[in-house]
Amino acid sequence: MEQTMFDIQTQLFEGRDIRFGSIDYEKDPQVESRWTHDSDFVRLYDIEPARPMSPAMVKKRYEKLEKEIEEAKNLFYFAIRAREDDRLIGKALINRIEWSNGNGWIELGIGSADDRRKGYGAQALQMLLRFAFAELNLFRVTARVPEYNEAAIALLKKFGFTQEVRRRQALERDGRRWDLLVFGLLKDEWANQAQA
Amino acid sequence: MRNLFRGELVRLTAEDPEVSAKIEVHWQRDSEYRRFLDAEPAMVVSEKWLKDWFEKRTEEGFSPSRYVFSARTLAEDKLIGFFSLWVDLVHREAWVGIGIGEREVWGKGYGTDMMKLCLQYAFSELNMHRVSLGLMDYNPRALRSYEKAGFRLEGRTRGDVQRAGRRHDSLWMGILREEWLAMQGGEKV
Repeated sequence: MEQTMFDIQTQLFEGRDIRFGSIDYEKDPQVESRWTHDSDFVRLYDIEPARPMSPAMVKKRYEKLEKEIEEAKNLFYFAIRAREDDRLIGKALINRIEWSNGNGWIELGIGSADDRRKGYGAQALQMLLRFAFAELNLFRVTARVPEYNEAAIALLKKFGFTQEVRRRQALERDGRRWDLLVFGLLKDEWANQAQA
Repeated sequence: MRNLFRGELVRLTAEDPEVSAKIEVHWQRDSEYRRFLDAEPAMVVSEKWLKDWFEKRTEEGFSPSRYVFSARTLAEDKLIGFFSLWVDLVHREAWVGIGIGEREVWGKGYGTDMMKLCLQYAFSELNMHRVSLGLMDYNPRALRSYEKAGFRLEGRTRGDVQRAGRRHDSLWMGILREEWLAMQGGEKV
């Protein structure tokens, strides 16, 4: 089905309560450094060992990220900001895009516990999917989630994602093994849903 | 103790950059082989580029997260393929990439023999908890070989590969340490 609900005037980077912005090298490192000191956040977001990062380390990582964006051309990154005061509340990205196959991997995180359960994640995912399908013209997007991240799984299901793979016992945390789930959403599925 | 580097049909070797580059420049011309390997567009690069690339890897030395082996036939000492293990030391998961560039030995059990050595190395030398791999749905021969080695199908990502004018699924497989141990029939590993 052809997508008709967006046109060229649609503001891709504006949501109801949030917007997608670029990295602010002055302010953001402090904020993201704070997030990395919350091990719950890091472990929900990533499978790498959780470790706190100083603002200088975060800044270095931003520089590396922007270099990769420029060179690899298969990565898109957004700082999620609250419209009310422009503060950084999270990040959303699409990476490892294979252009010949039209597939990309999405990541999304709301950094501070105070900003969760307010619908920011859902708005960010909606904007990220619109960007993936209506601007990048991807055929599908893929998301990887540990089985213990119930909030993320519920959000993906709400947006029509299908659980496609269960990688048994792929993670070890807190002394036990956990499955790693892979979810996928096709452009047609997204378009039909956005229409409904 | 078992010999880690010798199977029933092949032995595992490390090759010098000139040798690897020379054979790779020959293998890469086979686009069917390249399309079985991964979902990146098949392409060809120069022997010089390949030699530089293999040399860089030699200079970097051994990485604790990547293990690469070449495979030679026991019968003729012919270089036929390779496998790589990418290792996550924290979660003890290894990803396998495996390929046989010499197509005249396809379908003769060499891949199965290589995979047997690969799993033995991953579980009894690297002490992994699981081994993972991905393949495309247009490679049923690989699927059968991996199933024979003990891998289980854990899911498919729908239509994530577009080739020859149509959409294909990637298949994702895994084998757990306990499953591999059970297959050894109580034999000492």
